Amino acid sequence: MPEHKELERIASQVRRDVLRMVHGAKGGHPGGALGCAELFVLLYFKVMKHNPAKFSMDGIGEDIFILSNGHISAGLYSTLARAGYFPVKELGTHRKINSRLQGHPTPHAHLEGVRIASGSLGQGLSVGIGAAQAKKLNNDNTNVYVLMGDGEQQEGQVWEAAMYAAHHKVDNLIAFIDYNGQQIDGPLKEVMDLGDLGLKYKAFGWEVIEVIGHEFGVLDDAILEAKKVKGKPTVVLMKTNMGHGVDFMAGTHKWHGVAPNDEELQRALAQLEETLGDY
Amino acid sequence: MKKYTFTEKKDTRSGFGDAMTELGKTNPNVVALCADLTGSLKLEKFQQLYPERFFQVGIAEANMISIAAGLTIGGKIPFTSTFANFSTGRVYDQIRQSVAYSEKNVKICASHAGLTLGEDGATHQILEDLGLMKMLPGMVVINPCDYNQTKAATKAIADYVGPVYLRFGRPAIPVFTEADQKFEIGKAWMVNEGKDVSIFATGHMVWEAIKAGEILAEKGIDAEIINIHTIKPLDEKAILDSVKKTGCAVSAEEHNILGGLGESIARTLGVNLPTPLEMVGTQDTFGESGTPDQLMEKYGLTANHIVAASLKVIERKRK
Ligand SMILES: Cc1ncc(C[n+]2csc(CCOP(=O)(O)OP(=O)(O)O)c2C)c(N)n1
Ligand SMILES: [Mg+2]
Repeated sequence: MPEHKELERIASQVRRDVLRMVHGAKGGHPGGALGCAELFVLLYFKVMKHNPAKFSMDGIGEDIFILSNGHISAGLYSTLARAGYFPVKELGTHRKINSRLQGHPTPHAHLEGVRIASGSLGQGLSVGIGAAQAKKLNNDNTNVYVLMGDGEQQEGQVWEAAMYAAHHKVDNLIAFIDYNGQQIDGPLKEVMDLGDLGLKYKAFGWEVIEVIGHEFGVLDDAILEAKKVKGKPTVVLMKTNMGHGVDFMAGTHKWHGVAPNDEELQRALAQLEETLGDY
Repeated sequence: MKKYTFTEKKDTRSGFGDAMTELGKTNPNVVALCADLTGSLKLEKFQQLYPERFFQVGIAEANMISIAAGLTIGGKIPFTSTFANFSTGRVYDQIRQSVAYSEKNVKICASHAGLTLGEDGATHQILEDLGLMKMLPGMVVINPCDYNQTKAATKAIADYVGPVYLRFGRPAIPVFTEADQKFEIGKAWMVNEGKDVSIFATGHMVWEAIKAGEILAEKGIDAEIINIHTIKPLDEKAILDSVKKTGCAVSAEEHNILGGLGESIARTLGVNLPTPLEMVGTQDTFGESGTPDQLMEKYGLTANHIVAASLKVIERKRK
């Protein structure tokens, strides 16, 4: 099992990849991808049982990850490549024509590691529930992990899914919310306040765990705790900082959907150690 | 042949946003709704000037459509706004039941339609929206061709009573129609008269059709170019009058050939005056990430593709 120190080194590389990918594409969504780097790395390099060398769509006997907020695809792509799903040099094709690394992930592009299309927000939790129930039918005791945005919680379908998962006791599903308090038009509190999100999930019958999303230790513990919960689904509210890891990108929504220019890229990369070799 | 030139490029969505700012001033019943894409839809000015008539619904498009339907009950004229995919496919039943079937005066305004949305890829590039919307009884479907026409269309639909789908796009494209033009819903615009082939184009493809006309002229072919900005109700008379003259037709749209403008024209021709038709549009496929220009080239939506279709259909007419 990799130590958290080692995971931090991988996360640093993932952040570098994200920045270089969106810079190379002159567009994309760095903010959320930077904010979720720890979760991506923790899941793919420690928590999940999975087989990057031989990707199988049905994922039988493997833990499955579903990215519902598909716009932060750069973070997922980098993590998948670094974990060995496909060659890291392919990261350079992100958002470009004829690429398997589409702006938003899709099985249509046949990229190893991607099992569902996302991008239109609000659908991933339902997909995760379906995948989790298939596992139960298969007597497959692996888990399904779903990541959603906090702005994404405004979609009604999320709550249809939340109700269903509790009703059907889908306890092999662990959902994460990138709780950065930001969406495109501004802070959630101003655009469309979610109120007490934890209490809402509790009222829907979920186990709720709140953690800081940038500390491997607490995030790891939260997942261990979530796995012990039986008879109901668990949601981990990850308090994150959008753009985390780059001082001038952190804590603002400015970098939701904008790529750094040449100078900004250099300033950002200077803050992140190249640990695994840039693609 | 009329020569069209342009001095600037602008996005059609700005035509929408600028018209909304004017409508805010001239029509107190006009209200705008947006689902967390205020900047992309160019509604910041409206929001700033008329905050009490701007409704931010968050990322909840289905809710937005039905709220808009409710607002009409109090006599308001709601303009909903988000990307074209989230304006149509995402909320089809809300539009069908709360708007179309209920005969509500809602204006569904959709940006970033088609391939020219670019790098975000197929999840956001709807190529089926014209079909979805035109199939709804009573729905008016409009896809203007440049900034000025979009602005005029936005103002025109405020005065029309009934549900409307207004489709526009993301990239900056040539502004070649007149400023402050009169926009007549359902009335095709004769871009250029000709006698050898009728080219019917909508949206971003109108500029491509104009360029195609110039290339065809160099080959000695006199193309008639007609802008079908209103896909429904379709100006059947303009279409039939044109093909009576030319004997063959090409349709051009940034949309799937299934269900779009081309099929509406095919039906019109088939029922009234069977005429050879070639369709320029996407070939029953999803889009993908890429720059708008790369995608238009790859998926066959350029002036050269219109030229090739024209040559082919002229050949068919001669047989
Ligand atoms: C159904 C749908 N509506 C609108 C959008 C456009 N959109 C993309 S990201 C985004 C904001 C999402 O906010 P959040 O989930 O908090 O993600 P973050 O900005 O924090 O990464 C919006 C509105 C979309 N992708 N899907
Ligand atoms: Mg957010």
